[in-house]
Amino acid sequence: MLQIILGAVSLGLLWAIMTIGVYITYRILDIADLTVEGTLAMGAAIAAQAITSGVNPYAATGLALVGGLIAGFTTGILHTQLKIPALLSGILTMIALYSINLRIMGKANISLLRMDTVYTWLQNLGLSDTNAVIALGLVFVLVIVCFLYWFFGTEIGCAIRATGNNPKMVRAQGINTDTMKIIGLVLSNGLVAISGALIAQSQSFADVQMGTGSIVIGLASVIIGEVLFGKKNFFSRLISLVLGAITYRIIIALVLKMGMPANDLKLFTAITVAIALSLPVFRSYLNPVKISLKEGR
Amino acid sequence: MLSVNDIYKVFNPGTVNEKVALRNVTVTLEEGDFVTLIGGNGAGKSTLLNSIAGVFPIDKGSIVIDGVDVTKLSEHKRASLLGRVFQDPMMGTAANMWIEENLALAFRRGKKRTLKWGITHKERMMYKELLEPLGLGLENRLTTKVGLLSGGQRQALTLLMATLKRPKLLLLDEHTAALDPKTAQKVLELSDQFIKEGNLTTLMITHNMRDAIKYGNRLIMMHDGHIILDIKGEEKKKLTVENLLERFGKVSGEEFANDRALLA
Ligand SMILES: Nc1ncnc2c1ncn2[C@@H]1O[C@H](COP(=O)(O)OP(=O)(O)OP(=O)(O)O)[C@@H](O)[C@H]1O
Ligand SMILES: [Mg+2]
Repeated sequence: MLQIILGAVSLGLLWAIMTIGVYITYRILDIADLTVEGTLAMGAAIAAQAITSGVNPYAATGLALVGGLIAGFTTGILHTQLKIPALLSGILTMIALYSINLRIMGKANISLLRMDTVYTWLQNLGLSDTNAVIALGLVFVLVIVCFLYWFFGTEIGCAIRATGNNPKMVRAQGINTDTMKIIGLVLSNGLVAISGALIAQSQSFADVQMGTGSIVIGLASVIIGEVLFGKKNFFSRLISLVLGAITYRIIIALVLKMGMPANDLKLFTAITVAIALSLPVFRSYLNPVKISLKEGR
Repeated sequence: MLSVNDIYKVFNPGTVNEKVALRNVTVTLEEGDFVTLIGGNGAGKSTLLNSIAGVFPIDKGSIVIDGVDVTKLSEHKRASLLGRVFQDPMMGTAANMWIEENLALAFRRGKKRTLKWGITHKERMMYKELLEPLGLGLENRLTTKVGLLSGGQRQALTLLMATLKRPKLLLLDEHTAALDPKTAQKVLELSDQFIKEGNLTTLMITHNMRDAIKYGNRLIMMHDGHIILDIKGEEKKKLTVENLLERFGKVSGEEFANDRALLA
């Protein structure tokens, strides 16, 4: 049992990075960005291909990051400069990435068995596979959380947050909302690609299908985090995302353990997210006054 | 300070919904002019202000603010010259962000955004001092989300934001129309005070004729995409609602129609 929980925690930490990326677009920019489905697999593909070609695993993860940044930039240009709706821009990049990922890998999947990964040196220090992932995952998550906490406190970060909130007001303050959206998308997809690279290395393979449904997993984690762990200030929000991602993995591990067929996982996740997203509607039946106050935004 | 030269704006050209909103409007504002702008529904008042602010491109003519030809500049690029308050209290602020964060965004209007902190300690002190005279208690709520404020509080805050960095031109589009009468008067008084203290060149749309007469040194009336009256100086001071309506009838040949205009 403990082994199952630890496994879920290790996976949750890696997915937390992806969750934070989804949060940046979905909550901060108010854009549902589907690019991430392609970016997650792309991060995995780049890292796997680089590692099997003899590149240092950390450098390979860095290359994955660069790929993610470019993917986010592409969606940003499609949306802001070519005026394609955000949802569609994300879908276009995602579809394009499917072919690109196949080209990167040269086949549908790459095995990383017996290859050096970012976790290898920790395993050599005597940590179990799972503990090595948890240790390194924690480091990555902490660095990213601290970076984002700083970044969203800067002038540019404030401008991005305001852009998702009220773009008209932001333009009236002399800020180019297009630029802010692009920066947000770039940042988000960069994180998702890192997440993909780390996941591939922990599971010892990269697969072109890896990203399918990941947006829903990301959303589920965001919502679980918000509902269970509150959202007092920005720092606690970031932490709640991490906890949300871990909780999601634990829930999944438990329902699997209870005998749910693995094939039903995506259905289960989709239903959970649909319920969570519709909670405000149900709440408004129960407590109309509070909601109308909230909507006075 | 502002010169609008022969501007023309059509919405939805070539469709059944085609609508000429501005027909060759020309107007010049001197430094320190406080102009009230009135007119019936759909007269083109908001379209004129939005054209100046660059919300959409105009079809003909040019707009020069403080010597800068802004006709081709995008909305955010001309923002450094302009302060704006909108009719909808939701429009001028970011609801999910704190009062101090909103002020900090406005304090940097027209400046390049960098990776410096979005708000400094010194600024916080300044915001406190500036919020206090509003008498709304906002100086003690710097880290309250703006979404929790009332419409009047938000408009007062938006007004402060619009003037925090002195604009070359202040654009007010019925910024008290969504407020209850008492609050509306307060916000209007506050606007008048800000404008006088800063000697701000201002273009203010209102649907209240008495306010249009009471405030400002110049009154402009629009009708069907034209400027039909431009009254300044002593003449403006002597205006009454009755003779304003009479003059409107003479120039336009119609009766004044604005479902929100306060005639009495
Ligand atoms: N974005 C738009 N698209 C299409 N038509 C528009 C648009 N904005 C304004 N119009 C039309 O242009 C005309 C002028 O509108 P405008 O908003 O400038 O009037 P207004 O003088 O501000 O009136 P009100 O007192 O009702 O605010 C109206 O007929 C309006 O329907
Ligand atoms: Mg209007």
